[in-house]
Amino acid sequence: MADPVPTVIVDDLNVVYRVWGAAPRQGGNSPVDALRRIAKRESSPVRREVHAIRGVSFTSYRGDAIGLVGRNGSGKSTLLRAIAGLLPANSGTVYTDSQPSLLGVNAALMQGLTGERNIVLGCLAMGLTPAEVDAKFESIVEFAGIGDFVSLPMSTYSSGMAARLRFAIASAVTHDVMLIDEALATGDAEFQRRSEERIKELRGEAGTVYLVSHSLGVVRQTCNRAIWLDAGRIVADGEVHEVLDAYVASVK
Amino acid sequence: MATTPARDAERFGLRPMGVRPAFVPYLQQLWQRRYFIWTFARAQVDAGNSQTRLGQFWQVLNPLLNALVFFFVFGVLLQTRKGVDNYIAFLVTGVFIFTYTQKSLISGSKSIAGNLGLIRALHFPRAVLPLAATLQELLQLGISMGVLAIIVMATGEFPTWWWLLLPFALALQTLFNAGMALIIARLTARVLDVGQLLPFAIRTWLYLSGVFYSMQVFAARFPDWFQVLLYANPAAVYIELVRDLLLDSYTSPPWAWAIGAAWALLFSSFGLYYFWRAEETYGRG
Repeated sequence: MADPVPTVIVDDLNVVYRVWGAAPRQGGNSPVDALRRIAKRESSPVRREVHAIRGVSFTSYRGDAIGLVGRNGSGKSTLLRAIAGLLPANSGTVYTDSQPSLLGVNAALMQGLTGERNIVLGCLAMGLTPAEVDAKFESIVEFAGIGDFVSLPMSTYSSGMAARLRFAIASAVTHDVMLIDEALATGDAEFQRRSEERIKELRGEAGTVYLVSHSLGVVRQTCNRAIWLDAGRIVADGEVHEVLDAYVASVK
Repeated sequence: MATTPARDAERFGLRPMGVRPAFVPYLQQLWQRRYFIWTFARAQVDAGNSQTRLGQFWQVLNPLLNALVFFFVFGVLLQTRKGVDNYIAFLVTGVFIFTYTQKSLISGSKSIAGNLGLIRALHFPRAVLPLAATLQELLQLGISMGVLAIIVMATGEFPTWWWLLLPFALALQTLFNAGMALIIARLTARVLDVGQLLPFAIRTWLYLSGVFYSMQVFAARFPDWFQVLLYANPAAVYIELVRDLLLDSYTSPPWAWAIGAAWALLFSSFGLYYFWRAEETYGRG
């Protein structure tokens, strides 16, 4: 086999969130205390730093589907955002050959607008031209399968319907490096089956897929490789069943 | 030769992520996103009123009530109409034009901090957000200007050919507002406290801009150099320009157009540059 072609190289990546408003449970946070600290030039206890990713390095290759597993708060979603270039790194570098894209337009959609207008808005937010939006519009409506609700405001949707629409919009565009964050665990059984199929299609079209999911079954089915994160560090990186078996053993 | 990640990356043509593009490509990317800016601004306006009974009618009602309050306080209670012929039209013009700059600033200051979810989910030149915020206020201004035209005509002014120059005056003000929105967006993204100070700064600015009194009457009692400062105030300049065009009895200083254009160019170009300088840092917690 020829040398595998790298699609993403992560080199000693560190991400630190600066958190404001992390006040201690008791005392020390009244206006008087704040003024005293400013006068004495003490640093505020309200400002804290959370080191979410600590020196992570790995390389992914064309054809890889990588599952990221780990407990809540282990840095999985942060790592995805850093790979996508959406969260500035404090040190270290992520190298890619194309723009990795995070499957998620949740943030661009607006509750007060109809499904139809949200489709246009979401697609434009992902960088499509108006002509491309027109071309994809029908297939997005059809895939979401929410019927006449598409002409009602999103605030009237059930959470499952909203999730369907979001996934339909987000998966309308294919990218060379796809990052998927927990997108599978939404909707009813029928929609889950369809979205799993859609992910497989996207995997076929994409060079590399990253998947964050708490459903280990989905990760085993979809991925060939897994990275286990804990407290921002890589615990294990390798063949999916080996890594997941070790992860499951550690949780028990 | 030992391979390092950096060398591997170079060998396979991979580029580092999260690096700020050069200024000109950045402007090109921004231009490619013009439909997104437009749709996002429209969506913000519509979504803002969608839950109310009167719905989009609030876009008309809001400036109308605003004008009424100012007329009650400054026209009826305080009688500040000294030296002004058509005080109602004079006041309402000032209020609407100043409100446009004020709201652009406030929306701009919220445009990064209020859209962190969007910034952390999708790629686009971040200047889209403060520009959409300005456009959102411009759309609102369009409706306010319709209300204004009716009020002005109801107070006895007749439409003249000068009214056709209105879009140019508003275009200059829009460029200025966009520049201010970009600058304040970067400042607030870095230090959220700026957003808390903003209302006080804006209120001071409001009282200095000749919104409810005639600048000619007000400025006359100050030394020359201070009069120059008062007249050069961008908000005052744009208010003067629009009053000159709309009101028959009102004349602005002849150099108002030149100053208005200078502020527009200066702020829009510096605003874009200043915002772009921190492009890669937006979205950090």
